[in-house]
Order: sequence, then C-alpha cells, then structure tokens
Amino acid sequence: MKNLYKLKKYFIKYKKKLFFGFFFIVLSNMGTVYGVLILKDSINALKENVSPDILLKYGLMIVGAALFAGFFRFLIRETVIVVSREIEYDLRRDFWAHIQRLPLRYFQNNSTGNIMAHATNDINAVRMFLGPAVMYSVDTVTRLLLVLVILLILNAELTMYALLPLPLLSWLVYKVGKLIHEKFTVIQEKFSQLTTMVHENFSGIRIIKSYVREESEMKRYAIESKDYLKKKMNLVRIQAFLMPILFLITGISAVIVIWIGGIKVINNEMNLGEIAAFLVYLGLLIWPMIAFGWVINLVQQGEASMKRLNKIFAEPYEIEDTKLTDRSIKEIEGKIEFKNVAFRYGEHQPDILKGINLTIPKGSTIAVMGYTGTGKTSLVNLIPRLYDCTAGEVLIDGNNVKSIPLDVLRTKIGIVQQEPFLFSDTVKNNIGYGLKEIDDKRIYTASAIAQFDKDVDQFPEKYDTIVGERGITFSGGQKQRCSLARALVIDPKIIILDDSFSAVDTRTEEEILQNLKRFMHGRTSIIISHRISTVKDADQIIVLSGGKIAEQGTHEELITLGGIYADLHYKQLLEEELKELN
Amino acid sequence: MSSNDYKSEEETLGKAYDARLMRRLLSYIAPYKKYVIFAIFLNIIVAALGPVRPLLTKIAIDDYIDKSDYSGLLTIGLLLFGSLLLQAFIQYFLTYYTQYLGQKTLYDLRTQIFNHIQKLALKFFDKTPIGRIVTRATNDVEALGELFSSGIVMVFSDVFIILWILAFMFFMDVRLSLVSLSVLPVLIYGTFLFKRKARESYRDVRLHLARLNSYMQEHITGMSVVKIFHKEKDELKKFSSINKDYRTANIKSIFYYAIFYPSVELLSSIAVGLIVWYGGGEVLQNTLTENALTIGVLFAFIQYTEMFFRPIRDLSEKYNIMQTAMASSERIFKLLDDNTIIKNAEHPQKLESVKGKIEFKNVWFAYNDDNYILKNISFTINPGETVAIVGHTGAGKSSIINILSRFYDINKGDIFIDGINIKEIDKSDLRKHISVVLQDVFLFSGDIKSNINLNNKDIPLEKVTEAAKVVGADQFIESLPGKYNEEVKERGATLSVGQKQLISFARALAYDPHILILDEATSSIDTESEQLIQKAIEKLLVGRTAIVIAHRLSTIQNSDKIIVLHKGEIRETGNHQELLAKHGIYYKLYQLQYKEQEILTS
Repeated sequence: MKNLYKLKKYFIKYKKKLFFGFFFIVLSNMGTVYGVLILKDSINALKENVSPDILLKYGLMIVGAALFAGFFRFLIRETVIVVSREIEYDLRRDFWAHIQRLPLRYFQNNSTGNIMAHATNDINAVRMFLGPAVMYSVDTVTRLLLVLVILLILNAELTMYALLPLPLLSWLVYKVGKLIHEKFTVIQEKFSQLTTMVHENFSGIRIIKSYVREESEMKRYAIESKDYLKKKMNLVRIQAFLMPILFLITGISAVIVIWIGGIKVINNEMNLGEIAAFLVYLGLLIWPMIAFGWVINLVQQGEASMKRLNKIFAEPYEIEDTKLTDRSIKEIEGKIEFKNVAFRYGEHQPDILKGINLTIPKGSTIAVMGYTGTGKTSLVNLIPRLYDCTAGEVLIDGNNVKSIPLDVLRTKIGIVQQEPFLFSDTVKNNIGYGLKEIDDKRIYTASAIAQFDKDVDQFPEKYDTIVGERGITFSGGQKQRCSLARALVIDPKIIILDDSFSAVDTRTEEEILQNLKRFMHGRTSIIISHRISTVKDADQIIVLSGGKIAEQGTHEELITLGGIYADLHYKQLLEEELKELN
Repeated sequence: MSSNDYKSEEETLGKAYDARLMRRLLSYIAPYKKYVIFAIFLNIIVAALGPVRPLLTKIAIDDYIDKSDYSGLLTIGLLLFGSLLLQAFIQYFLTYYTQYLGQKTLYDLRTQIFNHIQKLALKFFDKTPIGRIVTRATNDVEALGELFSSGIVMVFSDVFIILWILAFMFFMDVRLSLVSLSVLPVLIYGTFLFKRKARESYRDVRLHLARLNSYMQEHITGMSVVKIFHKEKDELKKFSSINKDYRTANIKSIFYYAIFYPSVELLSSIAVGLIVWYGGGEVLQNTLTENALTIGVLFAFIQYTEMFFRPIRDLSEKYNIMQTAMASSERIFKLLDDNTIIKNAEHPQKLESVKGKIEFKNVWFAYNDDNYILKNISFTINPGETVAIVGHTGAGKSSIINILSRFYDINKGDIFIDGINIKEIDKSDLRKHISVVLQDVFLFSGDIKSNINLNNKDIPLEKVTEAAKVVGADQFIESLPGKYNEEVKERGATLSVGQKQLISFARALAYDPHILILDEATSSIDTESEQLIQKAIEKLLVGRTAIVIAHRLSTIQNSDKIIVLHKGEIRETGNHQELLAKHGIYYKLYQLQYKEQEILTS
C-alpha cells in the first residue's frame, strides 16, 4: 500500500466530499437493513391476524425505507465515484505536466507505446482503486457489520451455518479474478501481436505480392489466429466456471437457511418472518462478498500501477530554468561559441563529442559535414539545450546557454529536424505552431520561402487541409519543406537545418537555398548536409570525425587542405571520371 | 481538431437490426447449426432451474414446515441442492460451449477477411489508409464476438427465464401475479431508457477518451517539436481542456448509473410492499376461505421479484450488442465485397522458364481514370540487358515497375514478356520471375533469415547465406550475435539504412529471378555503405534482364541503355555519352547534380 499512499494529497483535496460519501454509505445501508426488518415483522403479523391497515402500513414502510436507502445510494455515486473521476483528472494532468518537462533523453529511452501504457492502463488501474475499490470496501464493511449484528441477534446458530460458505465466495472471487486478469493480459498481448502482424503484412503488401508470398502469409495468419482462439478459450474456461460456482455457493447458503431454519421453525425456535429476513439478508450480502474479492484485486493492480507511475514521477527534469538563469536576458543576437565541449548520451556511454571549440559569428552561415554517426545532430542539439553538454560550455552572445531562460532561448532558435514530425492538425496550425497567435501573412511568406506554397495550393482545402491519417499524407519532401516553413515563421535569430533537404529533389533544393540566402541575412545559420552543393557557399565549413572537428574552413580552403572534405569531394569526382572512361 | 472528426470516423452507430446484414451474419454460424440449436434447447431447460426454486421453497413452508414434516423438509432441501448443482453444471458446460462456437466463428471470419485482403490489388491499398484496414481485420471482428459467443444463444435463455418465472407465478396465484407484476412495465421502460442514456453517454466518454489518447500518443511522438518551440505551457492548457472534457463526460455518465441502480432497488421494494399489503391481506382471509393465499406463496413471490431484473437488464444489453454488431459487420462486409482484384485470364498461361525479353507497346496508364501517368510508352529490352530509367520527380518512373508485375493493369497498349502478353500469364508465375527491390526497404519483424527468404521453405539457409555473401551483406550479418537468426524488430528498427538495403538485395537474389526491377534509394548514405551497395548492385544485375529506376547517375552509366522519362513520355534514349551530347533533358539532370564538381576538375 505504500505506493498508493502517494495519493494522499488528492484524497485530502476532496476530503469533504469523501467524508459525506462515507456518511451516505452508512445511512443508505441502515435504510436497506431496516426495510428487511419490516418485512420480517409483516410476515410474522400474518400469523397474528392483524387488520389489513397494519399491512398497508408495513408495505408503505418497506417502500419508505427503500426510498431512503436509494436516495443516499444515489448520493454515494455522486460523491465517491465523482471524486474518483476528479482525482483521475488531477493525476493525469500532473502526469502530463511532468512528462512534458522530462528531457528528450527520456523519450529516446522509452517508446511511445510504453509511455502510453502508463498514461492509460496505469492511470485507469489507479482510478479503479480510487472509485469502485474505495466505495465497495467501505460499503461492504458497513453492510457486513450491520447485517451480521442483526442476524446474530435473530439467531446466532443459523447465522453461523448460513454464512459459512460466504468467505469461500470472497476467496474464490479473489483467486479467480486474479487468474482472469492474468489470462486476460495474455490475450491482450496475443491480440496486439496479431494486430502488429496484420499491420506489417498490409504495410509490406508490395513485397508480399511481388514475391508471391500470399499463400504462406495466409497460413501463418491462420496459425496465429488459431493460437489466439486457444488463448481466448483458456480464459473462457475460467470465466465459465466462475458464474455457476457463485450461484452454487450463494444458493447453498439459501438452502441451509430453508432447511436448518425450517427445522428451527418447526421446533419453535424461530419464526417464518425471521427465515424471510435471513433469505433477504443473504441476498444483500452476496454482492458485497463478491465485490470484496474483486476489490482486493483492484487494490493490488492499483498498487502495482501506482508503483510504476511513482517511478515516472521520480524521473528528474534535468533541463530546466535554474538559479543560474539570468532573467535579464530577453533577446539573443546570434553569436555562438563552443568551448571545450564534450557530450555523451549516458554515463556509461562513449563520448559522442569531445573537445569541440568553435565560434560562429553573428549572422554567418556554417555548414557541418561528416559521415553518419559522427555527432553532427548531437552538436546542434546542444544549442537550444535539447541536451546539455557533459563538459565545457556552449555560449550564445557570450552567455552560457544554461543561464539563458529556456523561453528566450528556444523561441529564438528555429530547428528543422532530420525526421520532421507534423501534428495531425491543419497545415496552417502546423506551420504556425511556434507563433503565439496564428498570423496568415507570416505563414504564407514562410511557406513561399520554403517552396511549400505551391504544394499547399494543390491541397483540397489549402491551408486548412488536415495533415496525417485523417487528412492527406505528405511525401518526405513535403514534410521537410513544411517543417522548414514552421521553423522560419517564428522569425528566429538562429536557424538550424539538420539534413533538411534529403528528401527534396536537387532543383527544388537549389531554389529554396536561393530564397534562404535572402532570409538568412542577419541571422546565424547552421546547415548539416551530405551534399556538397548545399554546403559549398557557407562562410565556414566544419567536418566532424569521431566526435571532433577534423577540418574547418571555407570550401576552397578545405579543398586545398586536402583532408576528409577534399577526399570526399575527390572520391566522388574520381568515380565520375572512372565511369566516364568506359 | 474538432470532435466531429472522430465522431464521423468511428462512432457513427446505425440501427440495431438490419435483416440483410443479419442474414449474412447468420450464414457464418450455418456450419455449426446443429450445435447452436442444441445449445438453445439446453438453455430453455436450464432456464427453468432458477425459477423452480422459489416454488420448492413455497412447498417447504406450506406443506412441511407448517405441518412439522422433518423428512419432507429434508427432501426439499436435497431437491434445492440438486437443482443448484445441476444448474451450475449445465451452465458451465453451456457457457464454454457457446463461447467456443462464437470464437470459432470469429476465427473463420478473421481468416476470411485476411485472405480476402491478401488478394486485393494495390489500388485498394492506395485508397485505404492502413490503419483502417487493420481495424477491419482486428477490432471490427472482435466487436462481433459478443453477438456470436453469447448474443444469439443467450437471447433465448433470457426470454425463457422470464417466461418460466411468469408461468410459475401465474400457476401459484393469478391475482397476486398481476399485482406484483404491475411494477414490471416501469422496470422494462426504465431499463431500456437507462440503457439508451447510458449508451449515449458511454459513446461520449469513448469519444473523449479517443481524443485524449490520440492527443497523448501524438505529443509523445512529437515531444521534441513541443520542446523546440517551447510550447509546453500552451500544450498543457490544450491537454487540460481535453482531459476536462473527458472528466465531464464521465461524471455525466455516473449520474445515469446513480439514478438507475437505486431506482431498480426501489421498484423491487415496491413490489415487495405490494405483496405484503395485497398478498398479506389475502393470506389473512385464508383462515376464512379455503383456496386462498399461503405464506409460502408470499415467500416465492418475494424471491421472484428479485429474479426478474437480471434477464431484463441482459435483454436490454442485447440491443447494444446488436447495434455494435450491425455497424461492424456492415464495414466488414463492405470490405469483403470490395473486388479490387487484378484478375487472371480465364485460361492463364503457365510460365515455366523465361529468357527475359521485355516489350512495351504503346502503353498508356493512369491510376485514376483520365489522368495519364504514362503516355504511349514503347521500348524493348533484350534478355540480359540493363536499362536505366531516369527522370525528374513525377516523371512516371515507378509506374513502370507497377505495371510490369501487374500490380496495376494498364489502360491501353500491351506489355510482352518473351513475346507473351502479360495479361495472359498466370499472375503468380509472372511475379515469380520478376523480383522487385523497392526504394523504401520493408523489413518484417522476425529474423534476418526470414527477411531474406520470406518464410519460403524452398529457400534453405544455405541459399540464404549464399545470397547474402554475393551482395556483401554477410559481413555485417556474421557480426551480429545471432547471425542469421538475429531478431529483426518491427520495420528493422535496429538496422542501418545501408544494412536494410543489403538485406533487400539478398532477398531479391535468393529468389533468383530472371527479371529484376530495382528502384534505387535516394536517401543520403555515407560513402562507405554507398560503395558496398554499388558493388552489390553490380553483382545483382549479372545475367539478368534489369530495369533500374536510377537516382544516381553513377549507376546509370553502367547500363546498356538509358530511357529518359519526362511527364509520362519517353523523351530520350541512348547511352550516357550519346545523351550528354544531345544537350537535352538528360544533360540538364546531369548538370543539376554534378555541375559543381565538373567545374572544379576542369
């Protein structure tokens, strides 16, 4: 229970409502229990030849007691269960607020599906604890105590016999409930495996068709599908067992009451009204006893889920505004310096970058080249503090980036990522994502620079077209150009293009670069690329190798230097010449 | 992101009964007809076992307790116990049995859908989002589960439980039956009203939950964008409003439950009150007249009032089940009726061995009616030749692959392989002789081996390793801990772009085709991997007729002939030097990519 204890603050927030809820539970049960006592009296009255008016009074009292109980039962749900939804809301909001502040490192190490599972399954399991589990445990205990006291007063011996099977019931529900939960998890896993298989098959249908693998895929699917059927039947076997056995156990209690109770009536130890009361009270106890076993499962699942959630809540934010933050910085100019910078993704991982010293003057363009895995993306990610360097410092306008408020830093830097992500929203909202308010004119201008405006004109609803599965699917090039427009529209002081033209054809790329030349005037720009045509006009070019700056200079200088850059260039030309010799 | 989008997409539920759909659904249980009828019959019998117990109680009270008959009481006790045991036993058997029938039917349906989708042409996959097809094959089938597993059979059970109760009640006392049943219309009306309200609010809850989940899913995936633009605060506001809508929907649905359950209890108490008042009065007169009510009857009736509720509630749920089933089945049947299939000729020609001559004669092709992607294309490729197809984006290069393997049928003209029109050739024979290597390499989850031989038992491990060796993929595969058995994650997530390409080359080689179509990847790759891949491509092309959709001019220069496509037409053909000399489209393409380097060399 120690993990669930963390929920205390939420309970305290709603303590008044909860207190009333528990009070209503007691009142409601008193009403229910009282109604049965009236029934007992009315049946006994039949033996004594009372007047019909008395029977009418009894009838009305039964209805009155039910009305009283029902009214409070209504209020129980409106308090206890409503509170559970309110806490669920608070918990999920806190969860999300926390998730958003976690560093990108966290999202790199944890899959979306995994985080989603916590956000949905775990929060839901905790909600089930908060609502039904809390409500039913209080309800069960209250009702059990009330009914037990009355039954014992009515006849202690019969109570013992009749209630004998009920703990068995709770135990059974607990055990079987647990088993069902396990089997159900297995089924869900199998189902998602089946879904993955179907999804893969449909995504790779071209391969399947071109290699004529349809028949074999059908066979494979039939096998998996049959396995799913088998796993489902494993659950059915237990579920099918549960209901009849519940009926059987509760039925046995009733048989005991009729048989032993009947004997007692014959012996004049009890009367028929009491037998009726016993039968009805038993009925009242069945559901709480079933609920009791169920509740234990809910608590266990809630505890396990809360443990996982607490683990996430304990994740450090790492990159935040701190005491070091200098609030007086409101603007950035664009001079970037790296001083002895080193970086690695985890403590036990190798350095991706080491000993980086670099100055990028304000308003200049720098190109970063190098083979895959040499740390190009890692280098630029340090500037907007998507990651913090592990040694040395990164400065902007002479200030350590850690001292610049994140709000200033990130809103002044425009990044186009290697694999751009777009939201399933309108084109306009995607391009204008970084704007405080959507500004059509700025969006149009940015799209024109990114050579994206002509594409948008061809979309059915222009800038209001929805992107993604529910709308139109973008090609790789369109995605890159759209995210370029998104980065330009915020009027950044620093622009970072991380291999942003890889899916754009060379002609369009040239046009975009022409447009950018004008736009980049007075802004600092960093361009990562594999194409020499993209980088050759930069003010300076650096070549990364093994996490270090291996070469630095202009295109001409680097060619003259005769290092990696020149080699890369030369190799390409040589291949050309050799092929032409054929 | 308006809520309407979600509603229109998945949440539109239609009517609960459609005879045409129902008949078609029932056709799926036709193979199990005998078993279903047996289950229904058994259900009718077991339905009587519950209602018989209050009658036994009545007998116990009136005939034995009242008359101090111990042995009679014991007999009733044993009878009650026996009926409980019998009911439990039959019910267990029945539940298992009907569930099995239902699940088996689902299995049949599931595989039928999958098999149907395998046969559909690519055109179908172009116009339908993958997510939707997956939903048809999985979730929609699952939604029919309840109908097949419990729906059809259990309706009979519920109806008969009610009928048995009524029969026993009227058998005991007609007037008291009428009095105590007077609450029944309210109960039925209330239950159905509640079900409707609960359904509506549940739909609302689901809708908001879907919005919440898709918001989270999307923003976790795109978290870096949120951070880059420093939108955390705005996003938290957006999230909170979606979260709040979900809470509101939930609280609204609580209200209906909060009203309903106490109301049902109240109704049954009213019935008990009526029995006490009216029935009690009758019992009191018992002392005066002969055949009036006994206390035992009152006992029985009080028990019956409790028994009525469950079957009525279950029946009202059947409406739900039917409605979901109708909606899902309509979507499923629409998919099953989709006949976007590339058909074989009536007497398709077998294609045993292929020399590899390819001829296009005045081929016209459009994905949609009149929007021709390829216009009047004619060319011939001799066996063993390599032809490179170049052109600007959208010139129609990849369409040529699509029509040669008959992924799509052409609109006009003819395509011949070894002089046989491809429409006359058995589709699977045709594709067996043509291997296609696509630009985007698709890897399946499984292992390296299964990705090369695609689970084809005719391609044993030796052939797989041989193919990998030839294309130079063996180097990295041998360095993996599991070698050819190394697990491949979804989409080959753990492999590099270059490694994935090498695997796809090995795959093509393992199938040893006479005709090879290669759609070269454009994505940037480092020089080392590039050289490996160039070498692999050379090996791949040896001794085959090949069409290469080339994106690197270096690849093109090795080919026997270059076809320059522009806006769907063949504009230039020839070899590299001839085309350069022409100073035409090819020259322009060449210049765009290599101009800078040439200036520097000169």
